[in-house]
Amino acid sequence: MSTATPITRPRGHAVLRGLAELGSNVKLTSGLVLVLSLVALAVIGPLLVDTEMARPISAPTNRPPSPDYLLGTDGGGRDLLAVIIASTPQTLRLGLLAGLIGTVGGTFLGLVAGFFGGWLDRIISTATDVVLTIPPLAILLIVAASVRSVSVEMMAFIIAALAWMHPARSIRAQVLSLRERAYVEIARISGMGDLRIALFEVLPNLLPLIMSSFVAAVSGAILAALGLEALGFGPQDTPTLGMTVYWSLLYGAFGRNMWWWWAPPIVILAILFIGLFLISVGLDEAVNPRLRRQA
Amino acid sequence: MTWGYFFKRVGLFFVVVLTAMTVNFIIAHSVPGDPIGGVISQMTSRGGAVENADEIIASYRQRFGLDQPILIQYVVYVWNTLQFDLGTSIIYFPQSVTGSIVAALPWTIGLLLVATVIAFSCGSVIGAMLAWSGTPRLARALAPLLMIFSSIPYYLLALILLYVFAVWPNWFPLGGGYSSGTVIGFNPASLLDLAYHAVLPALSIVLAGLGFWALGMRGAMINVLGEDYLTLAEGEGLSRRRIFLAYGMRNAMLPQVTNLALSLGTIASGSVLVEVAFGYPGIGFLLYDALRASDYFMIQGICFVLVLTVALAVLVLDLIYPLIDPRIAHR
Repeated sequence: MSTATPITRPRGHAVLRGLAELGSNVKLTSGLVLVLSLVALAVIGPLLVDTEMARPISAPTNRPPSPDYLLGTDGGGRDLLAVIIASTPQTLRLGLLAGLIGTVGGTFLGLVAGFFGGWLDRIISTATDVVLTIPPLAILLIVAASVRSVSVEMMAFIIAALAWMHPARSIRAQVLSLRERAYVEIARISGMGDLRIALFEVLPNLLPLIMSSFVAAVSGAILAALGLEALGFGPQDTPTLGMTVYWSLLYGAFGRNMWWWWAPPIVILAILFIGLFLISVGLDEAVNPRLRRQA
Repeated sequence: MTWGYFFKRVGLFFVVVLTAMTVNFIIAHSVPGDPIGGVISQMTSRGGAVENADEIIASYRQRFGLDQPILIQYVVYVWNTLQFDLGTSIIYFPQSVTGSIVAALPWTIGLLLVATVIAFSCGSVIGAMLAWSGTPRLARALAPLLMIFSSIPYYLLALILLYVFAVWPNWFPLGGGYSSGTVIGFNPASLLDLAYHAVLPALSIVLAGLGFWALGMRGAMINVLGEDYLTLAEGEGLSRRRIFLAYGMRNAMLPQVTNLALSLGTIASGSVLVEVAFGYPGIGFLLYDALRASDYFMIQGICFVLVLTVALAVLVLDLIYPLIDPRIAHR
């Protein structure tokens, strides 16, 4: 290849070309399949399995997987299949809630900073840079250590308080470039107010970026929650995937070779993170066609 | 480098540190009641009798001037913290928090530094090669695998590696930073022992980071390869090697360095958890112990040092940055 940016077009039949086009977003599709299958597990699971069995002392302890208990039981007498099915929706709920709050807040701040500029921009940008430098775990732990018992919702709110910086940063950068576009200029000349331009001309064009920020924020929130849970600071009475891993390690599942205790939550979490990652890469490629070439 | 740029960066460093301290102070004081009394009573209610409880409370009151107005308390707190007077551990009273942290910090910094440098440099080279047309197809097939690894959090990767390499075939130690009975010193046997214990923790940080840096570099490189000066360089008949290194990689590195400064906080959080998974004797493990024992000052002190370390690293990166990209200091 001689040029720096070779544009390779698939040759051949139109149908084949169409399939190749679809294949270019195979990441988005496979990511959606992974995440949606976990959502399905969370929705359909409780209909098939009694989630009451996720409570302690509802089954014999330390049983390996068997026809009666498909994923075995843990040291506290919980049926681990029920635990997985009860905790997956909790983890998803926490990620969605915190991701949503973080993205909405970040989008608002980024839009205001990028569109209006001036001292507002300086304040917001500096605040974003400052908070980005602070390791999120350091703040989350101080809060958790002071508050003690947390519910899933409370944890989501605490995490959301540190989930707005990345969206704010990328939205601001994008707004700075959109602000100079011709259609914004035209809207301004035709007498449209600043607020209306920001809401009706700029915001809609940010949607793809907002979507990929949201996915990244959800993943980041679940990651932050996992960090707190790994240190034992999760909800104590509601089962979540991270807390299940924590309990299993605390009670020596590794040393006792009880793989059925720690492996399933790790597998589910890994599927969740890989799925969210694929969705966000797929969205990026859909927005920026240059990234699409080569895998 | 202009003085304006220098002072702006140093100023930002102090704002970060002060913000972290202020947040810390506000959270500690928004909990109803006397913070120390609450902590002690909580510990006793869990069944563990706290020795010297009265002594701890008295020293705490005196140190923070709890009968003073809140603003004075804040100033005293900031003053003490800036002098690295982080208080005393509650469980190991009267051992100072600073002492415990100083003992643990070299482990964390060593592990984090080595692993991040490896992940960053290898990831950047791999990413640049993925965007380059001269790279063999076989090497490109590795890319998706790397990306998958990068999406799994450090902590989960650490647990998986722990099982695959230490529990199951027991090729590597289950945890710790050195074998018991080893005297740490500058001799081959001791260094080998240290490296042996650091392999798995470092590997989990490297594996998780590699794909992230590769992905970022690939994006930046694709953008650079589209620039006109690259076509010009090719037209001039420069060697492909030279174009790749001096024209492609050098320019694509800039956003990578910015990203490094931005993600150090997240990397530090992640490696704290890796230490927990491996029982590695750095500040992550110290933190885990402190959390399990509700040792409040220890938790606060470690979080402060974590913020300070990351802010310092970012400051250093910011000050080096104009050397790579001279334009930055003149904006």
